[in-house]
Amino acid sequence: MANDPSEKVPPSNPPKDKAEGAPVSPKPAAPAAAAPPKPATPPPPKAVTPAPGPLDNELVQRLKARFGEAIHEATLDRKQAIVLIAADKLRDIARYCRDEEKFDMLTDLTAVDWPKRERRFDIILNLYSFAKNERLRLKAHAAENEPVPSSVEIWPAANWLERECYDMFGIGFEGHPDLKRILLPDEWEGHPLRKDYDILKQDTAWVRENLGIESGQ
Amino acid sequence: MTDARTNGSSDVTTTVLGADEIILNMGPQHPSTHGVLRVKLKLDGERVVDSECIIGYLHRGVEKIAEHRSYAQFAPYVDRMDYVAAVSNGLGYCEAVEKLLGAEAPPRTRVVRTILTELQRIASHLLWLGTHALDIGALTPVFYCFREREEILKIFEKYCGARLTTHAFRIGGLQYETYDGFEEEVKRFCEDFAQKIDEYETLLTENRIWVGRTKGVGILNAADAIALGVTGPVLRASGVKWDLRKAQPYAAYDQYEFEIPTRPTGDTYDRYLVRMEEMRQSRRICLQAVENIPTGPIMAKVGKVLKPPPGEVYHSIEAPKGELGYYIVSDGTTQPYRVRVRPPSFINLQAFDKMARGSLVADVVAIIGTIDIVLGEVDR
Repeated sequence: MANDPSEKVPPSNPPKDKAEGAPVSPKPAAPAAAAPPKPATPPPPKAVTPAPGPLDNELVQRLKARFGEAIHEATLDRKQAIVLIAADKLRDIARYCRDEEKFDMLTDLTAVDWPKRERRFDIILNLYSFAKNERLRLKAHAAENEPVPSSVEIWPAANWLERECYDMFGIGFEGHPDLKRILLPDEWEGHPLRKDYDILKQDTAWVRENLGIESGQ
Repeated sequence: MTDARTNGSSDVTTTVLGADEIILNMGPQHPSTHGVLRVKLKLDGERVVDSECIIGYLHRGVEKIAEHRSYAQFAPYVDRMDYVAAVSNGLGYCEAVEKLLGAEAPPRTRVVRTILTELQRIASHLLWLGTHALDIGALTPVFYCFREREEILKIFEKYCGARLTTHAFRIGGLQYETYDGFEEEVKRFCEDFAQKIDEYETLLTENRIWVGRTKGVGILNAADAIALGVTGPVLRASGVKWDLRKAQPYAAYDQYEFEIPTRPTGDTYDRYLVRMEEMRQSRRICLQAVENIPTGPIMAKVGKVLKPPPGEVYHSIEAPKGELGYYIVSDGTTQPYRVRVRPPSFINLQAFDKMARGSLVADVVAIIGTIDIVLGEVDR
């Protein structure tokens, strides 16, 4: 199933299984009313799941006022703020978030591959602010072979995280001090977390040469 | 340990060496690297000038596997990341998927989860304490630590049949109902444990050799810690009072009273003291929790086939080693489109270079120990 990657919002075929509960209808982002503590009482939990909806709070307004077109979209999904930004402005926006909005920690940096999309990668920066006790997810689209500005000079934590992204997805980070593989061997061919990299696939030549065994696959 | 100048193209080995400098390779089979961590050290005499961690020897592609399993099928895999704190891993994953589904675990489940996770934190810290002390040359504590850890593992074994890779929780609730006498056993353990922590402290806290080997070693200040994304006891020992159990409570932590221990200097000794105090606090949480476990169902109604609506979620918990996060993207099918694990060990290990520069070779062992890494989680 995951071998057939689809677009960001796949066709929502109503679940055939009755146990699934209410069909997944694109409801407005109703804030998830706390599910009843005793699950024996209806409604079933599925009914309260919020679908992603637009987000427009002060932070988003400040970002839009400052960066205009570079802020493409802001959404709220499961009560979590996601801001889609232009990849080439990533470093400016990240620096602004750190210095002005007090998102002082880069919790995580990763990517998601959507191969059917024109710009296939989502770069995801998960920020945390100690002052506000708040999280913010910055997301930027990047095409294959399109360099993405590195965030290492803003958060040194990005160093290994970007290396891992490069290792697993083949995303090049421009301005990274030492971009090379981190988990896989330097000579490895391919980037395993891309959707077109099959789960049974591996660098057989590397395995044969370095481990002296024939791959069992 | 051998000379590593022949190997590879890393920055440490390709930089020009000064007249008195050598490259020393440590690991990946070195016993004090706690698994298969390899460290390349650039030395000037006994001083570390530069260092580089080489990881990936245990890489299994957990995130790729997740994309080819159903949500429930993937749950046992997360136990194999930080394999000395499997219960915490499971809690983070189950809660993340519950968030994605919009389901909420029943109150009884949340309390039992809290108890088991806190016991796991104690077990993880005990393993850390024993091996860390062993690395530095204190042979005795490891026997004491394993004695108490064994009690915790017995509770796990009675609860779910497994000691290490427990798979204790299910998405939506618990795998099993608690066994008869669960409360009493947890209570007895906690009551005895207070005195046991004091026992460890008599061995180490004022021990001259221990203090000499840990005080002022591997200092990490608060600003660097935050910039490097360091979390958990390492961050708290640098003076940042931040714990996800308080900042963004999950499970049943909002119901209990406990302190967040911090220390000011961020050296190896402070990290030791923070973890010792954390064990006391975990014990306190367990004692409060077993007093009053609500009755009721142990599973929420989540359906047999888990099919979260399209969307994404990030959920993180305070694992024994720091912030353990799961970022899950759903495309509306029965298998996750993407699972990203934010591993605390991986990110904390990045601070090693900062801590090790300028220290002595002998202290490198203490610094690796004090970060408390598990290579299964670093490499995934």
